Amino acid sequence: MIRRLLPHPALSLAVALIWLLLVNRFAWGSLVFALALGLVIPIVTEPYWPGRARLRSPLRILGYLGIVIHDIVKANIDVARIVLFMPKADLRPCWLVVPLELTAPEAVAALMGTITLTPGTVSCDLAEDGSALLVHALHCPDPAATVDEIKTRYEARLKEIFR
Amino acid sequence: MMALADILIAALLVAGGVFGLVGAWGLVRLPDMMTRLHGPTKAATLGVGSVLIASMAFFWVHHDHLSWHELLIGLFLFLTAPITGLYIGKAHMHLSWKPEELPQPPSGAEWATWGKGAETSPIVTVPDDAPGRE
Repeated sequence: MIRRLLPHPALSLAVALIWLLLVNRFAWGSLVFALALGLVIPIVTEPYWPGRARLRSPLRILGYLGIVIHDIVKANIDVARIVLFMPKADLRPCWLVVPLELTAPEAVAALMGTITLTPGTVSCDLAEDGSALLVHALHCPDPAATVDEIKTRYEARLKEIFR
Repeated sequence: MMALADILIAALLVAGGVFGLVGAWGLVRLPDMMTRLHGPTKAATLGVGSVLIASMAFFWVHHDHLSWHELLIGLFLFLTAPITGLYIGKAHMHLSWKPEELPQPPSGAEWATWGKGAETSPIVTVPDDAPGRE
């Protein structure tokens, strides 16, 4: 019964919260409407959400976000320095292959997003069988070290968050 | 106190403008398509982020109410920026690279861009003078 009414509790919560933030001013009427939206939208869109992200330790998401935001700020300064001051001849762009241990689609999506948002790397493609990521790096004198950093800094943490 | 807050807000706005400019300059200066992709996906995130924080601080200090719209703009931006980057990269791989020019996945599978699904795509051959190649 509760599963049919609330097929996706996390989505319901997110929809309600986003509605309240959109309204931008707290009122009881908006809260009621937010809860109604949070109830109706997941039921109507249920066929489009066949899988569920299964989390092992949701609280670690906060720590992960902290690391990602810190790295985004650092990456911006690094990339700005490369763009402004590095002579074109010294630039070493390269392709990296990151073998994946993650299997959950949500976890891989989170990893790809993180890679694109941080230090001079853009995730470009996924192997057909989901076993590796193709990443383009703006400047990497040492490809093995960059792959290692992605695996230990982000993938290891995501492996603890997702089951 | 008010003046201090104003200085902080102004500094954030200037930082946002500078990072936005650097992102745009990277688009002009970097040598090829794949490296150009890095400018806007990075520098722009912090640029927009600083402007959003400045906007939140401004409404909090001067209008005494905390505005949440900036948080939503940031959230949507950080969710959509990697997807745009991924699709521009994939389209570029499709148009201008051959699979044998890239490192292959260790498992022996193809990259999804050239996988079985790609055979039915209208673009299968890469002309030698394709745009964006170094």
